[in-house]
Amino acid sequence: MTKRQIVLSIGAVAAALGASPAFAQAVSSEWRILTFGVFGAIIAVTMWVTYLAAKRTKTAADFYTAGGGVSGLQNGWAIAGDYLSAASFLGIAGLISLYGYDGFMYSVGWLVAYITVLLVIAEPCRNIGKYTMGDILAFRNNPKTVKTFMALSTITVSTFYLTAQMVGGGVLVKTLIGIDYEISVAVVGVLMLAYVLFGGMVATTYVQIIKAILLVVASLVMVALVWGQYGFSLPGYLGAVVGDADVQAQVARLLGDSARNMTPAELGQRFLEPGLLFKSPIDQISLGMALVLGTAGLPHILMRFFTVPTAQQARKSVIWAMAIIGGFYLLTLFLGTGAAMLVGAPAITGIDRGGNMAAPLLAQFLGGGKDSLLGNLMLAFVAAVAFATIVAVVAGLVLAAASAMSHDIWVGVIKGDKATSEEELKAARICSLIVGVIAIAIGILAKGQNVAHLVALAFAVAASANLPVVLLTLYWKKCNTGGVVAGLVIGTLSAIALVLVSPNMTYPVQIKAAQERIIKGADERIAKLNAELPGLADATATENAKQALAVAEKAKAGAEAQIKALGGATTSLVGLSEPWFQLRNPGLISIPLGFLAVLIGSLLYRDKRAEEMWEELYVRSNTGIGRAAASAH
Amino acid sequence: MQPSAALNWFAIDSDARFQTLHKRKSRFLWGLMAFAVVYYFLLPVGAAYFTDLFKIKIWGAINFGLVFALSQFIVAWGIAWFYARKAGEFDALAEEIARDADRIGARTR
Repeated sequence: MTKRQIVLSIGAVAAALGASPAFAQAVSSEWRILTFGVFGAIIAVTMWVTYLAAKRTKTAADFYTAGGGVSGLQNGWAIAGDYLSAASFLGIAGLISLYGYDGFMYSVGWLVAYITVLLVIAEPCRNIGKYTMGDILAFRNNPKTVKTFMALSTITVSTFYLTAQMVGGGVLVKTLIGIDYEISVAVVGVLMLAYVLFGGMVATTYVQIIKAILLVVASLVMVALVWGQYGFSLPGYLGAVVGDADVQAQVARLLGDSARNMTPAELGQRFLEPGLLFKSPIDQISLGMALVLGTAGLPHILMRFFTVPTAQQARKSVIWAMAIIGGFYLLTLFLGTGAAMLVGAPAITGIDRGGNMAAPLLAQFLGGGKDSLLGNLMLAFVAAVAFATIVAVVAGLVLAAASAMSHDIWVGVIKGDKATSEEELKAARICSLIVGVIAIAIGILAKGQNVAHLVALAFAVAASANLPVVLLTLYWKKCNTGGVVAGLVIGTLSAIALVLVSPNMTYPVQIKAAQERIIKGADERIAKLNAELPGLADATATENAKQALAVAEKAKAGAEAQIKALGGATTSLVGLSEPWFQLRNPGLISIPLGFLAVLIGSLLYRDKRAEEMWEELYVRSNTGIGRAAASAH
Repeated sequence: MQPSAALNWFAIDSDARFQTLHKRKSRFLWGLMAFAVVYYFLLPVGAAYFTDLFKIKIWGAINFGLVFALSQFIVAWGIAWFYARKAGEFDALAEEIARDADRIGARTR
């Protein structure tokens, strides 16, 4: 990437940001210039890194795996960067700010997931693999067959994840600074493509590291400001949380009628007890299974282990990643509870119903509030970090999908492994461009869709298809091509099919019934209030009644709009009027199915060669003899 | 593609040292894995079915549930630390086998 190209792309981004006519939301309009300044500074730093990385990206190995020359510490930060997507950074802080304990409990699974990666996946993958997950499977199976299926599964998982990130990113940027959704998606896409196309894995790795460090620093500063007021005493701080009127009011709202006989102190304490968000323990266990087994099957995470030179460095990188990710989730506990106390649930949900704005709004509050320079500078910084997060995560995903396309499908299957490094590098860049453009298109087309469950689905497919085949290839002598194909197909399809018939989908009949109940309730209230209104003597009571009337009318209008939005549809996407499968997370069923498919497929297919290759695979995976070496720079 | 591709892998696999490595490592890793999984799932199960236990206050507003959730972090890090310490032993054995691989795995034809 030349300097001129970089200047041009920064210019294009700045123009896109500046030309937007929309008004600001979290950032008010007089502070937009400041926000763009901070965004620009962070983007400029990442572009400079990309420029340096582009000079080092000469071979296919550089492009896919940074030449295997990344250290364990660097890779640990990069894994943390890949993993701490906007969903976990903003999402978990938001869940804690609204639901307390349940939000915190949710974060635990994301950390525990790395134990699987550390103990049974990272080191063997480093010793057996080269560039992609397909390489691991191809070791003792029919390379063309397993690479085709593994590449399809990689692309499926990455696309689900990517769509959620693109849509989430577009909405986020719009909510934060009021840029149009389409422009936000395009800006994310163009920046990400600049990193990937020019800098490959080297640039992507450094962008992840920079972003992860910024994220941790921003969170540390905020936590110091929140917790420091209480002399860093945990009981002191949490005592203040449960004693806070905003927190107590939020719990009362969540509990509804059952909160009537509770004292304020009980309401506050309830915030630190389970059950405000999660009502179905089986669903929680199902999600936990998908997290604990799915993380070790995510292509963009596994790919990171090919960037380090040895199994020892791979191990070291997971340990660093666990330290960073775990530490970050502990900070999130303070960010979430701090936002609940200082910003308050109504202000958080006022901007975004899912609570995603908890951390940015907390930053603004800590800096001095809506009208202060420091408050808006801090908000701008957190917003810019969130933006960098989306771009970096998307870059990692695109790189994973593009590697599967170019290395597995084009080189492995079409060219029969006979391609020079130059040809492969070119193919990898073309594939990145294709995937990137498709990602932007999907992002724009999926505008307004509910895509939150797509991340959970990505984890479910990874846990039900990718993990069983990789695990059994590495640890079971009788595993073979038949098992791999059966596992990938059945694991993927069962996870997707179960989600298609689950409560995640939209069921017009149910929504209509629920909204009609709301309208009926609102009508009754409106009638009652209207009857009371003329008889009210004092001014405050009249004012209160009028306010209640306005609330009821707003609720009615909202419900009517929702019914209208259904547009006469009566069944879900697959033609159901109600969910057929009651869990939101399919893992509980699809993960055992995936494992079973590999077992049965392998036993039915029987492949002598796969069994003969077992000793070689097992010795190599445990000793690192003959592993793909790091390229010299 | 690698120089060691022509090794007799079967001979290395049945070498006593490799078998020691295999047995020790498998027992250690899968044992730790099983413990980690059981300990983790105690959290959602406990939060759903043992709510009274989770609500017991221990220190100010801090209740058992919060302590248990925090312990998940300590246990996860503890497992990482424990494995990192133990792995040196596996590394030494693996390195020894890798160094001798050409001799143990020489093809006798």
